[in-house]
Amino acid sequence: MPTLTSAPTLQLSNDEILRYSRHLIMPEVAMDGQLKLKQAKVLCIGAGGLGTPLALYLAAAGVGKLGMVDFDVVDYTNLQRQIIHDTDDVGRPKLESARDTIRDINPNVEVVPYETHLNSENAIDIFKDYDIVADGTDNFPTRYLVNDACVLLGKPNVYGSIFRFEGQASVFYAKEGPCYRCLYPEPPPPGLVPSCAEGAVLGVLPGIVGSIQALETIKLILGKGKPLIGRLLLFDALDLKFRELKLRKNPDCPVCGTHPTVTKLIDYEQFCGIRGEEHVPETNVPEITVKELKQMMDAKKPFVLVDVREAHEYQICRIDGSKLIPLGDVPKRMHELNSADDIVVHCRSGVRSAKAVEFLMKSGFKKIHNLQGGVLAWARDIDPSMPTY
Amino acid sequence: MAVKVVIPTPLRQFAGKKDSVEIDASTVGEALAGLTSQFGDLRKHLFNEEGKLRSFVNVYVNDEDIRFLQKDQTPVHESDVISIVPSIAGGSLICCICS
Repeated sequence: MPTLTSAPTLQLSNDEILRYSRHLIMPEVAMDGQLKLKQAKVLCIGAGGLGTPLALYLAAAGVGKLGMVDFDVVDYTNLQRQIIHDTDDVGRPKLESARDTIRDINPNVEVVPYETHLNSENAIDIFKDYDIVADGTDNFPTRYLVNDACVLLGKPNVYGSIFRFEGQASVFYAKEGPCYRCLYPEPPPPGLVPSCAEGAVLGVLPGIVGSIQALETIKLILGKGKPLIGRLLLFDALDLKFRELKLRKNPDCPVCGTHPTVTKLIDYEQFCGIRGEEHVPETNVPEITVKELKQMMDAKKPFVLVDVREAHEYQICRIDGSKLIPLGDVPKRMHELNSADDIVVHCRSGVRSAKAVEFLMKSGFKKIHNLQGGVLAWARDIDPSMPTY
Repeated sequence: MAVKVVIPTPLRQFAGKKDSVEIDASTVGEALAGLTSQFGDLRKHLFNEEGKLRSFVNVYVNDEDIRFLQKDQTPVHESDVISIVPSIAGGSLICCICS
């Protein structure tokens, strides 16, 4: 594997020599390697769960230029895993918070913030100045966008992904091996990937997977070791098991194959079937607002309130008098409901309950409504003492 | 002859919450057919309407992708492990009752 950066022309200051001494005394890095790191330009997509260890370790290791793309603001739910941000940073742009943390760790690193939503119009322009792209965003449209842009520009894409207790990592570098589309030519259709339980993840997991991405990035810069090119690393945190699968370059790959059909960036939101806001219900089911629900309760109108969240969510908070039937149990438990009753169905934000209402309407329920905005709206507009998640 | 099929986290909810299942089979196709007849809810997550493996689900025998072996005709032996590896992204949950 050739190194990605040209022969270093920079020098280290005495302060830097001391700072990087634990690198300099190992032959795999040494002065040459440390100068390669100093000369390297790495782009981190996302300053969240995976982006945290990526940015922290790359900065601490002495990567010279660190671009970061993110347009999000730090919120309380981030702090369980995104340890680049502090409690005091809640409400600040993630890039500002990340830049401050990086500056505290290593002021020698040049941080270039791109406070923007990465898309087909700006990706090539942003990517072209960097040697390596490390994708820490972990959503399908950005993943395909990053993959295609890296293939078109001939840059390596250091990939990581997480789901609850399970992680994947690889290096997609079309010049030397397969790309992400060789592995998965198409994303899952949106119908199979609702955003209902978004982000359920053990906090340490992105720490481990993002650290592997940082490690692979550094190995690529140094040109040392055996990179994860052509290999998919699977990590199961519950069993604490690492497994490895072989990835092969697909000659029919639409972007890096012998006859590519994707020769420029496309609309990735459309490609992944995602349009508009994530929490807008996909179907037109009858709805009521939380205020209307409160009025029904105050007027002591008879109706049945069904909560289709999971039992562990019900433990966090609930609307008094609701009956718990998790979405997945609705088909086998709908006999517990009477289609003659007025029924209001709710979940956390209204997406899952819309699916339940749609399903129940198909099954003959007519006096049924979805609660707009779910318990989040209830907590916001009716009962501010209710905890949210 | 029983082979082990490893179920990934997102699909365990459709496979009786099991992380792996032993299935009697001599090919990958037989193993997946056995698995989905045991756990009917898995079928639509693994196969499209034409009964083809979905493009965001890969299947491996040991560490080899069956697309580069003999696809569903790939033979399996006693100690082989079949892995189902779907694309995953930041906690998006593959779930749906609407069918």
